[in-house]
Amino acid sequence: MKVVVFGATKGMGRALARLMAERGDELFLLGRNLANLEGCAADLQIRGASGEVGYAACDLLEPGGFAWALEQATARLGRLDAVVVTAGLYGTQTTLERDGALRQRVLTVDFTNTIEFCEQARVRLVEMGGGVLCVFSSVAGDRARKPVILYGAAKAGLSYYLEGLDLKFRAEGLRTVLVKPGFVRTGMTEGLKEPPFTVEAEDAAVAALRAIDRGHPVAYVPAIWRLVMLAVRHMPRWFMRRAEF
Amino acid sequence: MSDLTTGELSGWGRHPVVRARQRCSEDLEQITTGAVLTRGLGRSYGDASLPPPGDHAVAVTTRADRLLSFDGKTGVVRAQAGLSLIQLNRILLPRGWFPPCSPGTQYVSLGGMVAADVHGKGHHREGCFGEHVTGLRIRVADGRILDISDVVEQDLFRATLGGMGLTGHILEVEFRMQPAASPWILAESERFEDIDALIEGLHRNSRRWPFTFAWVDMLSRGKARGRGIVDRGRWAEPSEAPARPPSPRKTISVPLVFPNWFLSAATVKPLNRVWYRAHGRRIHRGIVHPESFFYPLDSCRHWNRLYGRRGFTQYQAVLPLRSGRSGYHRVFDIVEEIGAAPFLCALKDFRAEGKGMMSFPKEGLSIVFDMPICDRTQAAVDALNAFIATEGGRVYLAKDALTRPEHFRAMEPRLDEWLRVRRKWDPTLALKSALSVRLFGDPS
Repeated sequence: MKVVVFGATKGMGRALARLMAERGDELFLLGRNLANLEGCAADLQIRGASGEVGYAACDLLEPGGFAWALEQATARLGRLDAVVVTAGLYGTQTTLERDGALRQRVLTVDFTNTIEFCEQARVRLVEMGGGVLCVFSSVAGDRARKPVILYGAAKAGLSYYLEGLDLKFRAEGLRTVLVKPGFVRTGMTEGLKEPPFTVEAEDAAVAALRAIDRGHPVAYVPAIWRLVMLAVRHMPRWFMRRAEF
Repeated sequence: MSDLTTGELSGWGRHPVVRARQRCSEDLEQITTGAVLTRGLGRSYGDASLPPPGDHAVAVTTRADRLLSFDGKTGVVRAQAGLSLIQLNRILLPRGWFPPCSPGTQYVSLGGMVAADVHGKGHHREGCFGEHVTGLRIRVADGRILDISDVVEQDLFRATLGGMGLTGHILEVEFRMQPAASPWILAESERFEDIDALIEGLHRNSRRWPFTFAWVDMLSRGKARGRGIVDRGRWAEPSEAPARPPSPRKTISVPLVFPNWFLSAATVKPLNRVWYRAHGRRIHRGIVHPESFFYPLDSCRHWNRLYGRRGFTQYQAVLPLRSGRSGYHRVFDIVEEIGAAPFLCALKDFRAEGKGMMSFPKEGLSIVFDMPICDRTQAAVDALNAFIATEGGRVYLAKDALTRPEHFRAMEPRLDEWLRVRRKWDPTLALKSALSVRLFGDPS
């Protein structure tokens, strides 16, 4: 499989890229820091990635660079079987309420710019006859909850968007995979209090890869979150006003 | 991002426990800034991977685990310190490479393997891990990042092998892997009736086999004292081995902390007897999974929880050859007299000391056993240490939580030289651990 991974230097993206490398996929990495990308490319190469692992700098804060980055990837890989987006930003609700600049950044990165990147990737995938677009959203996007209002809103929008792509472009060969992790131990969640069902980035990567391979449109990580969020979505509003989770 | 997590930390023995600020990130250079210690997977048993009590930060390497280079011709591999042995084995064993030295668990980081200068079932031939390390990148106390080896800054290099992470933050490790004829092990095991026969059997087997160790029933008494089973193995030839590569083994997990009584003499004694009797007199021979040969306990994750809330300590000491059999009988005597209930006991023969200035192994026989933490445990360790010191043996710091400084000094004539090198590179003792405070008197 020829795969572009945006966010391959850290957390779940890195774990997923490693799984893909170990089974011999051909990879192209996108991320912010060239030195980190270079190190990750070497690591993935030794782990068994096919061909030469390519990389290019790409920042979700700078949508102007998306086209160039995807062009680099397409030129190196020839064609794209899958584009994976794990990059994103997080801030706690209290921080986001307080810090206007960070709030703008999180909303722009997680919603507007991720969607812009996906749009450009979608166009390329459909042009080439189809492929997988795998995007990491969050269970926070399933229902408004007090601790994740702003982050959750961005992720909810992202989830909506990807579902929409599936409706419209599935007939043209586009397969969307929406990964909805619960709490995953990564640099992004370092220092936060761990809720139940916390998993490691490697576990999330295994689940995401299974969903990509089997073409599941939605994957909760771990799977128990599907039930949990089903219940949470059906909680009455008066209850959610009182609930602190 | 390297935010801080404050929480309780302990080693594998779950005793002692300290509160510490932990930093974990892919960026090792960033998180080691201002940290008093670097910690890997926390598999040392006692306080080696713990910062001293107080408001100290410890850098956790587990996310800094990139492979940096691998030479498929020479087997030289270079990786960040957080890379675990389990990852390395899963990547390189199918290609025919295995580490020259592998401890009893693969849930260890390369940095930890250097810091403890680990040994394994092949020590009688290959020595410690440090013998095969060709280079280290280390961040010393003043913040400089140095590439060191046995020819560049040799004193620092040798003090770092077995230096328990106290000479600097280990960032990268380069070492030479060894070719394996196939990814499977041809293993044999043989039963011996008492401690004398067992030791004799272990030595005899080590002359012919690359991997050996002995399991000891430490709770049997009288004539059967120290009976046990010698395991020996070598890489299977391709003609003997299955064509398919070994797949990762299924593991079970101990989901909760067991009650304290779960592992006690009353429960372990019959288990040992069954284990010994079930083996029978004949020699067992077969092709086995490398993970079940090298890392039998890894199949049960969190097995340390079986000891309960109290936690446990693992006592490991090496007795020089000249102590002979009487030395071993004395160790058994002490354990019996004090009434400490030791479980999971093993013997391993060591070859001579290697490069590591403070490495544990020396020529002789090592004995290791677990003891639950209880009122008698400190007394047992003290009595054992007093005896080991007079015999010219020493204890393994990666297992230790209870040794007193005066005993350690009596065992370790190399200590002053090592402390001198440590002081040279870290005059203000910026790097320290709960262990260094306990044994070397560092200010906490």
